[in-house]
Amino acid sequence: MTSRRASARPIQTQYPSADSLHGVRTRDTDWEGVRLHVVTGKGGTGKTTVAAALALALAADGKRVLLIEVEGRQGIAQVFDCPPLPYEERRVAVAPATADRAGGEVYALAADPEAALLEYLEMFYNLRHAGQALTRLGVVDFATTIAPGLRDVLLTGKAAEATRRRQGGKHVYDAVVMDAPPTGRIGRFLNVTAEVSGLARVGPIRGHADMVQKVISSPETAVHFVTVLEEMPVQETLDGITELAGLGNAGLQPGGIMINMVQPLSMSPAQLRAAASGSVDEDELALGLKAAGLDESSLLASALAAELTEHARTVTGQRALRRRLAGPGQPRYDLPMIADGIDLSGLYRLAAALREQGAA
Amino acid sequence: MARAAAPPLDVDRLIDDRRTRIIVCCGSGGVGKTTVAAAVGLRAAERGRHVVVLTVDPARRLAQSMGLSSLDNTPRLVAGVAAAGHPRAAAETGEYEVNRGGSLHAMMLDMKRTFDEIVEAHADPDRAAQILANPFYQSLSSGFSGTQEYMAMEKLGQLRRADDWDLIVVDTPPSRSALDFLDAPQRLGRFLDGKLLRLLTAPAKLGGRAYLRVLNIGFGVVTGALTKILGGQLLKDAQTFVTALDTMFGGFRERAEYTYQLLRAPGTSFLVIAAPEPDALREASYFVERLAVERMPLAGLILNRVHRSPAARLSAARSLAAAESLQPADGQNGDEPDAAAQPGQAPYTLAIAALRLHAERMQLVASERRLAGRFSTAHPLVPVAEVPAQAEDVHDLAGLRAIGESFPAS
Repeated sequence: MTSRRASARPIQTQYPSADSLHGVRTRDTDWEGVRLHVVTGKGGTGKTTVAAALALALAADGKRVLLIEVEGRQGIAQVFDCPPLPYEERRVAVAPATADRAGGEVYALAADPEAALLEYLEMFYNLRHAGQALTRLGVVDFATTIAPGLRDVLLTGKAAEATRRRQGGKHVYDAVVMDAPPTGRIGRFLNVTAEVSGLARVGPIRGHADMVQKVISSPETAVHFVTVLEEMPVQETLDGITELAGLGNAGLQPGGIMINMVQPLSMSPAQLRAAASGSVDEDELALGLKAAGLDESSLLASALAAELTEHARTVTGQRALRRRLAGPGQPRYDLPMIADGIDLSGLYRLAAALREQGAA
Repeated sequence: MARAAAPPLDVDRLIDDRRTRIIVCCGSGGVGKTTVAAAVGLRAAERGRHVVVLTVDPARRLAQSMGLSSLDNTPRLVAGVAAAGHPRAAAETGEYEVNRGGSLHAMMLDMKRTFDEIVEAHADPDRAAQILANPFYQSLSSGFSGTQEYMAMEKLGQLRRADDWDLIVVDTPPSRSALDFLDAPQRLGRFLDGKLLRLLTAPAKLGGRAYLRVLNIGFGVVTGALTKILGGQLLKDAQTFVTALDTMFGGFRERAEYTYQLLRAPGTSFLVIAAPEPDALREASYFVERLAVERMPLAGLILNRVHRSPAARLSAARSLAAAESLQPADGQNGDEPDAAAQPGQAPYTLAIAALRLHAERMQLVASERRLAGRFSTAHPLVPVAEVPAQAEDVHDLAGLRAIGESFPAS
């Protein structure tokens, strides 16, 4: 783990577009060996979108990736613009194929604790019939509602199971991406054993929880944080990374920091400095506006100067936030702002950005 | 194009109306709900109300700005209210410190503490101690995602009964969906009163067995399965928990019912908070529709973080065209402003940057308008107040006050 962290490259590095090179199959990414990608983030930062983009990015090179959502929001269906997902692994997208490379596939699953419990009963105890009776009695409600630890272990258990599932000696999925609960709840969600151990010291649930915790605590799992360059999401990201170290027996592996909705900079550094200090050269601006044939250029110039100043201050604040995000030493990835909402093509653009920067 | 013009939401009228006793702020996560709730509370206090803001999990700095540093479940007086709240009023009266007699308290919900208090209030000391020590109770009281909502409602009921404040502003818990706030308490109430709990207490009671016979399942199948899923010890803990709670069920149901009625009672108003983004507005729509179904009084929508431009008359298209006309001919179709902007070479780099930035801003303004328009078309009668995007995060009373001042004036 340490070696991976040490070798993590700074985001500034621009990768040669290796994908286009003939015959290139394996690339050096920042998360070699990680098979379960847990994606969290503060509400409103685009967690689900980034999880979907990461799944697409991981699916390139003919890989098969499973994207799991656990909050019953049908967010994946919205992002991929498909009908609501059942509790069933379904193909929702393909990673584009090229002349020399097979296209990959993204499967999606909307996990729900009730269905997961029934599946669990059937798989381990051959109790499907009894399971249905239990549902009617509200036992399932009980197990998944009263004790959140039980509920969470069923959801994380589903992700762990998919990660480890094999067929013919090979993993069914090359990677699993989990659109996890928001940062504020992620610690509790992933701290499976501790949450359950208060309830169950021994017994099957405990055994299951221990298995799940083993997967989540292993180097095969990384927890990525999605943030935007605003104070609260950045603070929650930093708090979340700190919190991971205290979970499980020896801490969970923090993953990358996905900085979402990054806007391109359209000013030179000198212009930015001037604008931030409120000293935009309005005469120079007005001259340009006049040259562009705009009326009332001096009035307009002062209005635009105000916009420039506001923008420059935001950018300056964002730089400070970036420095704070650099603190924990995790790799950071920039994802561009996609204007007018995310559609499928926007998702592919984000996936490409993740690949270019080595996140997948 | 004609956009449905939403009626303006008059927040001041709502908070000045002494009959308004409870304002519930709801909306999906990440829209600035806590900040808006605090701003509404502060404004009401500075306009003379005795306000308590019940908040759940606020940003640390916001909490500090209101003088809340610890999670202690007790309303604390917020200092610095009203002293400088009405500079205009101060100028009129000639007094520098105008206190219209308002006050602001704020508190953070401690859900476990609140739950413990209910148990202690409803059970004799021995039984209460037994319940508090039960692992199931501990899991339920600190973890169940609905517990926070339930306890927020419970706290609201307590504050209302205490009648120490004439206005309570509630910031609902940060749930994945705004509707959780309405559903979770009932879900918990239903659970605590459900068939299953009766079944769990059944081994000793004939009623449980009879119930199973109706369902045509053997009793052994159910307990066997339960033991397999939960393990014997866990099942025993659950049974102890249920038996201990048995005496309290009536109390739980009553309390949940009381609080739910409180939300429908005259004097309660809902403010739905949203950001001008698709997801947040979709949640807001659901919530507005749900409130109508529940016959709960909606005051209106607060659209938080709306972008504006001081040069709104220059459209995005014209601004972009102007930027392009200034672009030197060799700056290939203008897609890469940075590449073309060699210092000292291109003469109008500043104007180009400003015009491009303005075009982006106007596109954002237009897309937010479109989203707001879509909401108002679907809900033409819902009053809307817009709060402009602040350049920096709010973390003091002055910031909260600025939000309050941006509510549309009556």
